[in-house]
Amino acid sequence: MEKRITTPLTLEKVKDLKAGDSVLISGVIYTARDAAHKRLCELAAEGKELPFDVKDSVIYFVGPAPAKGDQVIGSAGPTTSYRMDAYSPTMIALGQRGMIGKGKRSPEVVAAMKAHGAVYFGAIGGAGAYLSRCIKKVEIVAYEDLGAEAVRRLEVEDLPAFVIIDCEGNNLYENGRKEYLESVK
Amino acid sequence: MREINALDVTAAVKRLCMEANSYLPGDVKARICAACENEPWDLARNILGIIKENFEIAEEKYVPACQDTGVACVFLEIGQDVHINGDLNAAIHEGVRQGYDEGCLRKSVVRDPLDRVNTRDNTPAMIYYDIVPGDKLKITVAPKGFGSENMSQIKMLKPSDGIQGVKDFILKVVEEAGPNPCPPIVVGVGIGGTFDKAAYLAKKALMRSTDVRNADPLYADLENEMLEKINALGIGPQGVGGKTTALAVNIEQMATHIAGLPVAVNINCHVTRHQSLEL
Repeated sequence: MEKRITTPLTLEKVKDLKAGDSVLISGVIYTARDAAHKRLCELAAEGKELPFDVKDSVIYFVGPAPAKGDQVIGSAGPTTSYRMDAYSPTMIALGQRGMIGKGKRSPEVVAAMKAHGAVYFGAIGGAGAYLSRCIKKVEIVAYEDLGAEAVRRLEVEDLPAFVIIDCEGNNLYENGRKEYLESVK
Repeated sequence: MREINALDVTAAVKRLCMEANSYLPGDVKARICAACENEPWDLARNILGIIKENFEIAEEKYVPACQDTGVACVFLEIGQDVHINGDLNAAIHEGVRQGYDEGCLRKSVVRDPLDRVNTRDNTPAMIYYDIVPGDKLKITVAPKGFGSENMSQIKMLKPSDGIQGVKDFILKVVEEAGPNPCPPIVVGVGIGGTFDKAAYLAKKALMRSTDVRNADPLYADLENEMLEKINALGIGPQGVGGKTTALAVNIEQMATHIAGLPVAVNINCHVTRHQSLEL
């Protein structure tokens, strides 16, 4: 079943999402990769204010290609999430509710997700041209010097993703594979 | 001796950088389409459908299929009767600079692995030279994304590990990579040579059409067997479970030392890109 969700992503909405759900995400989300996460966590450690409201936010791990012609943004698929594992627990503790990326996460991230109520979505890696069409508006909000890795505020419409890890720690990578293998036994 | 102007090399590299990022090779597209038809797992089939739509959009709009437009791996087969007028290395880097700028491709290269300052023009390219007979210059540009590059591994096996050791290692690398390298993947394997030659062979294997099997029947059989074994792992497209984990396994082999059995596995995502032309 496909679920439509709109940001801000409240705890109530997070609790309704189960590993394996297909979702269409709409609303405002923010981009950040390793370099931006490092700076955000340094700000947090110094007790300073972050450049966007982290509470109930969704962060998309993406470094988009430059816009071409009349494009709003260039190709914009997810990057591999494990590089953010060192930072995500801090961000989740600050109130972040959703992450969009691809690939495995560490036990520390999953523990933070369960403790605070957060969800990890997978978008389709390598489908950057397709996914860029779901992005309707882009604005750089911080770290312009990082180029593709700057923090951007995106307005998205029906961005397709699936719930990889839900707030109870259920994991589609483990369950989906197991169920598939059982189906072909 | 045939003369080739370095400016022509720049123009060729520029064009190939742009084309390779938007146009997937026909064999890769055909394998993705076939996987769409043959994938029994619902979510996996939906994902493959979007992957197919994605390469169609990239082609139609002439935009990069993936935002990770990679580091530009440039392979040159230089005929020994060719003379280049001008600085060949500089000409290649300039072609990459122009192609990544004009093509609106992402600049993903840092000048130093530790200080990590972006060069902002995607240079330098990673250049691989091969001297061959003749008076032609063949240039291949393969943008290599690092989601899959990071999942690659090399191992110096013992001769006693034999073919079983090679099989076990390939499966281990794919298993450990799991969903990270954007499956369905193409697996390049280099066997033999030295530590560095094995890695080079693995990358070179990814330049071969997925429709062409190794000329040696032993290795062709190994390619087929490993593809079957990888797809029996059930990792599936994007790791959500399913039949389609790999599109192909390409193996290249060469002579090695009596004491060694180097094996390198270079993983590529479903956006397996390479374009060639001959000057």
